[in-house]
Amino acid sequence: MHVFANPARFLKIARPLTPILGWSGAALIAGALYVGLFLAPPERLQGESVRIIYLHVPAAWLAMGGWTAIAVASLMQLVWRHPLAAVAARAVAVPGAVFAIICLATGSLWGRPTWGTYWEWDGRMTSMLVLLFLYLGYIALSGAETEKGGEGRITAIFGLVGAVNLPIIHYSVLWWRTLHQGQSIDFLRGTSTIDGSILWPLLASALGFSLLFGAIVLMRMRAELASNKVEARLKRMAAE
Amino acid sequence: MSPWPFIFAAYGIAMVGTGGLTLWSWIAMRRAEAQADALGRRP
Repeated sequence: MHVFANPARFLKIARPLTPILGWSGAALIAGALYVGLFLAPPERLQGESVRIIYLHVPAAWLAMGGWTAIAVASLMQLVWRHPLAAVAARAVAVPGAVFAIICLATGSLWGRPTWGTYWEWDGRMTSMLVLLFLYLGYIALSGAETEKGGEGRITAIFGLVGAVNLPIIHYSVLWWRTLHQGQSIDFLRGTSTIDGSILWPLLASALGFSLLFGAIVLMRMRAELASNKVEARLKRMAAE
Repeated sequence: MSPWPFIFAAYGIAMVGTGGLTLWSWIAMRRAEAQADALGRRP
């Protein structure tokens, strides 16, 4: 990991990797959503509304995965002072927040025909809403700290502390059995209660959105590194 | 209740959200890198 902490080395890898991740992600999403929307069968109890699963579940995984990445990058920033760690954490925050919004919106639209309500203060939904607020707080805090010329240490601590919400989201369906359904896929045991005809397009969609998420993060990191370069150059020119 | 309006609304939100975010990030990256390149070429 230390090898990639050098911005020049990172850019050498990120430049060719960005279009590869972006285009392969877009192609996989298009294929998976076409299968999910038109070819996959309706679910036995939920009927056609199960087709929202191909958006809702990947968005939820990426919103949680995004904060995991922020927490790891924050730890690297605080412990090893990696120059790229803060840039990476900031680059993840906006896409993470967007996927949290998509998760909440699609979940709400799935809930209305399935449960008869758009919203319930259920453990899973509430903890996911808290994650969105954490993202918004992180974005505001990192913007304020950058503006003041800080190193981003307070933002990094916030990124680490906010990770406490991740196990709460994960275990909420076990701790508070209310409206949201329980866990259907167990990656640790490699088991799933979802039928293969629905599971495979779901996994393809999740992989596609993950690749696109990676491309977006790389684009945002490249933009920030280029802006930092411009700022440093302008400061040097003003000093000469 | 027909689920299709909800399904199409969900797909619309997801597509507009991810498409808009991708386009915004790409434009911001291109603009920042073009500015850095232009400044780097100046003597």
